[in-house]
Amino acid sequence: MFILFGMPIAQIMLFGFAITNEINNVNIAILDKSKDAETHKIINKISASAYFKINQEITNEKQIESVFKKGKVKAVLVFEKNFIKNLQTLKQAKVQVITDATDPNVANTISNYVNAILQNYTHEINKNNKPNHQIQTQTRLYYNPELKSVFTFVPGVMTIILMLVSAMMTSISITREKELGTMEVLLVSPLKPFQVIVGKVFPYIFLSIINAAIILLLGFFVFGMPIEGNIFLLAFESVLFITTALSLGILISTVSQTQQTAMMLSLMGLMLPVIILSGFIFPISSMPLLLQVISNIIPAKWFIIIIKAVLLKGATLDVIWKETLILVGMTVFFIAVSIKKYKIRLE
Amino acid sequence: MTKEKIIEVHNLTKRFGGFTAVNNISFDVFEGEIFGFLGANGAGKTTAMKMLIGISNPTSGEALVAGFDVKTKTEMVKRSIGYMSQKFSMYDDLTIKENITFFGGIYGLSRIQIKEKTKKLVIELGLEDVIDKLVGSLPLGWKQKLSFSVALLHEPKIVFLDEPTGGVDPITRRQFWEMIYAEANKGTTIFVTTHYMDEAEYCDRVSIMVEGVIEALDTPNNLKTKYNVASMNDVFLKLARNVE
Repeated sequence: MFILFGMPIAQIMLFGFAITNEINNVNIAILDKSKDAETHKIINKISASAYFKINQEITNEKQIESVFKKGKVKAVLVFEKNFIKNLQTLKQAKVQVITDATDPNVANTISNYVNAILQNYTHEINKNNKPNHQIQTQTRLYYNPELKSVFTFVPGVMTIILMLVSAMMTSISITREKELGTMEVLLVSPLKPFQVIVGKVFPYIFLSIINAAIILLLGFFVFGMPIEGNIFLLAFESVLFITTALSLGILISTVSQTQQTAMMLSLMGLMLPVIILSGFIFPISSMPLLLQVISNIIPAKWFIIIIKAVLLKGATLDVIWKETLILVGMTVFFIAVSIKKYKIRLE
Repeated sequence: MTKEKIIEVHNLTKRFGGFTAVNNISFDVFEGEIFGFLGANGAGKTTAMKMLIGISNPTSGEALVAGFDVKTKTEMVKRSIGYMSQKFSMYDDLTIKENITFFGGIYGLSRIQIKEKTKKLVIELGLEDVIDKLVGSLPLGWKQKLSFSVALLHEPKIVFLDEPTGGVDPITRRQFWEMIYAEANKGTTIFVTTHYMDEAEYCDRVSIMVEGVIEALDTPNNLKTKYNVASMNDVFLKLARNVE
């Protein structure tokens, strides 16, 4: 019943709200070197729009890199020094729009929107100005100057594949044993349940690691995907995510009796959210609040943040420790619930 | 026959929420006997058996299997028993040889032991020609015989058979029971659930479970005399009706 009625509702809501390439409430930072009346007006105008939220003001250029690495903001607006003076004397002033182009679509949209707002603004002030004042925008793309979409696709595809192989295959292979009745025989044997599960899971850990490596190598050699961060950190985070996915797979297998249920649960419950809510294709910040909240419980979201930060921005553990901790927490949670469910079944 | 107790069950009870699946049952099984564990579907025989093989925890009461408490010495219990489940439970996509190797392996047999056992087993069952065939391609009767032999691979003291002959023809069932007899003659205790009443006649002693309780426990002949009927089938019907 849930599948019959719940799924269509869930899906239409997901697709309707989540699948939008528009941006909403994107966090940006401001570096205002001029701090005059004119820049204030512009900043007010930008924060008044529904598209942007000014998350913080920074004071020097060095901070740009660090706010991007933390992933808090998607763009930084830099107003040049003597903005108002330049505007009045030279008739033109410059604004730099620096975007985090690890997500090329979003970066593009952001700079377009900022441009539009600024143009609108110049229109307004030019009503009483002859000759026209000009505000020039300069766009700079951090991390992905050529706006290659492969930079988002490699981490995204890697996440999906790892989730698919680990969670789905594990849950299916364990429920398969249940269906065949071999699980019962294994449980009656002197093997400990723990050993049985590890035995089932081990091949998939192995497969997933190989998969991850292949995707990264292809990304690196064929598509010129940079690997800025520490390779060991990358490996560690990947193994962590694989473990999360596997524990989720085990959890699914404890609640489903047949391969079909396991398959449905994995596909509907994992694949769609991973694709839609992880921020892989559609920006999370543009989703309605409810979906944004829901996206927090999706392991893939955190892994995508981590892997993008490590791959493209060269982030180190001190920047992504929070996301890492969340994944660890989720893994522990999934395993704990599985063990509990499993015990109940025995009793 | 020495009357050494190999399974001792005292007041074993299993409740699922408010439902009592197994209600305070007590019985003993002696070494080397074929013990039939009968009951209608849902009478609680599978639950009772699950407690004895250590994959279900009793709510109360105790059971000793091969001298080990099923609650505390589950590990030792599992080492001493063989089990063949209701569903045919070998890997269809492995060959006969691979299945034997695998199950030998999980019971901790050495490579050499497995090799010898495989050879012997295959000859006994007449499977020499198909040893490298996938188990999935075998007819059900053969699968069940194979399954039984595999359950005996590690020479357990007791072997539990959960409705081993479901869905096979009378001839194969007959052959299967001959295998059971042969094994019992070697001193292995056989604990078998079934709802074929003709099979009950083959057992040394049978217990009949009705709604979680053991209603009768004796040799088939004594039971027939007691209830004054001609076959086990009638004994069973009489008991089941009494409860209703």
